[in-house]
Amino acid sequence: MADEVKTPVPPEGEGKPSAEKPPVAADAKPAAPAPQKPAAPAAEKPAAPAAAKPAAPAKPAGPVPTPWDSPLVANLKKQYGSGLEAQTYLGQNYLRVDRSTIPNILKQLRDEEQFDYCVDLTAVHYPKRERQFDVIWILYSFAKNERMRVKTEIKDGESIPSSVSIWSGTNWLEREAFDMFGIKFDGHPDMKRILLPDGWKGHPLRKDYGIIQQDQEWVQINLGIESGQ
Amino acid sequence: MNDTRVGSPLDLDTPEKTYLDANELILNMGPQHPATHGVLRVILRLDGEKVLGLECVIGYLHRGVEKIAEHRTYTMFNPYVDRMDYVAAVSNGLGYCETVEKLLNIEAPPRANYIRVILTELNRIASHQLWLGTHALDIGAMTPLFYTFRDREEILKIFEKYCGARLTTHAFRIGGCQYETYEGFEKDVKKFVAFVAPKIDEYEELLTTNRIWVERTRNVGTISAKDCIALGVTGPVLRASGVKWDLRKAQPYAAYKQFQFDVPTGQNGDTYDRYLVRMAEMRQSLRIIQQAVDGIPEGPIMAKVSKVIKPAVGEIYHSIEAPKGELGYFIVSDGSTQPYRVRVRPPSFVNLQALDLMCRGQLVADVIAVIGTLDIVLGEVDR
Repeated sequence: MADEVKTPVPPEGEGKPSAEKPPVAADAKPAAPAPQKPAAPAAEKPAAPAAAKPAAPAKPAGPVPTPWDSPLVANLKKQYGSGLEAQTYLGQNYLRVDRSTIPNILKQLRDEEQFDYCVDLTAVHYPKRERQFDVIWILYSFAKNERMRVKTEIKDGESIPSSVSIWSGTNWLEREAFDMFGIKFDGHPDMKRILLPDGWKGHPLRKDYGIIQQDQEWVQINLGIESGQ
Repeated sequence: MNDTRVGSPLDLDTPEKTYLDANELILNMGPQHPATHGVLRVILRLDGEKVLGLECVIGYLHRGVEKIAEHRTYTMFNPYVDRMDYVAAVSNGLGYCETVEKLLNIEAPPRANYIRVILTELNRIASHQLWLGTHALDIGAMTPLFYTFRDREEILKIFEKYCGARLTTHAFRIGGCQYETYEGFEKDVKKFVAFVAPKIDEYEELLTTNRIWVERTRNVGTISAKDCIALGVTGPVLRASGVKWDLRKAQPYAAYKQFQFDVPTGQNGDTYDRYLVRMAEMRQSLRIIQQAVDGIPEGPIMAKVSKVIKPAVGEIYHSIEAPKGELGYFIVSDGSTQPYRVRVRPPSFVNLQALDLMCRGQLVADVIAVIGTLDIVLGEVDR
């Protein structure tokens, strides 16, 4: 039973855990009536300041990114300098690179590091940032059985070199990123929408894309009613 | 890939020199064509019967699953994933639940993992049966359809008894399974394994040495391993081209590490090899199910998950071997109860890209065979 609890999930109800918590400590000392005796659990964990808040030390225990060190990273850092940030989160490696290194770094990863399969290409929109978009390549190497992600940030309206010449499979993936986010890929053989009709307005996966406004506009024009909601 | 024209738009204005000096023909196929397995539109450029190139027009079934996810909590989004690849809903659910579990840094208990493996493998067989029936029907063999649908029914009955739904099952929850197996589940599964093993032989009897089938599939839609990798094609299509790569082996998830099974591969990368690979995969799935049902451990079926799922800020990519290939989820959490971004990496979407390359130089009738052999589900292509 106890082996499921790897990292306590950030607790929601702060009131309850006092009843939930003891079983963990009880493993060490079954006889202890837990809440009143902070001495027994103190051997395992940094003592909680007050017995009333046993969940408090769990909060910072959430996973954090750690630096990713490997010959690959050292090699790339030598070439691309400090603009490159390599980290590991929950056992998954990723690189944060400057936009100017694309597509050279991708080509190098394929040719020299054997990342011959581009699993996915996608983007994430952060409207509050100055560089609004994260563009992400998820790569896999058959030879090493290893995955990694490459991330770069671009501004709204800024384009990014296409990687179709590196992995031809990114053709549709780039079209989808254009369709959903409006990110243009330079050098793509056929940069047009893929899932939505050609005349579609806006790019739906942007955070500022209003679904309800779109719907209202449509019903006003086509059905002559104020709102479909 | 040598042919640079692949993936570029069809040039409709400048005709190439054709075989009989006849004009090139642009032929529209779909979106309401029965052999396209849904709403796929293909624009073919033909020289007589020969395909010079084609362009896929997709998106007719686009429902904006990724956008929906941003407006739902992690738990609420779970049933939506079943509607992507609706013939393999269990796989979709497994991929999603495992990804969120990874993000939460928890693991489903062993018993839940065994139940997950049994249901997922049953679903793989069901998906392959549906593929076989429709693929054979497209090519002109009607009988396999009746055979496979008859036997697939038994799987759906098990699903229905387990969770009340036959197709979009929503069988798993984040952290494990919602339902304990029903009384007699193991008996039903064992009975099914014994029942369907000879049936797979029966399908093979109808097709494997059937001369019409062999003529229609051998050397049709050939794709090399190199092209598969460049295009990101995965699943049985990649394996039929000779790459022995299966995520269940390469990066085991759920309880797959505990089971013995082989990864069947082909050599030629043609439609016939893909057929053989999928047939062999069904048998391997039966092997896995048999081992899982024999060794299913006792214990809880849910990990300790708080009622409100609120992962720490971060992002994760996790993928599983769905019946069609690598099904991946990329989830970004901003620390709230709703995912900031959910990206689905659908195998059908990526595999469909290879259609153009696979059909060049083939006949029009072969396009139907190739669409069938890619085993796409438009619900997953369009999401």
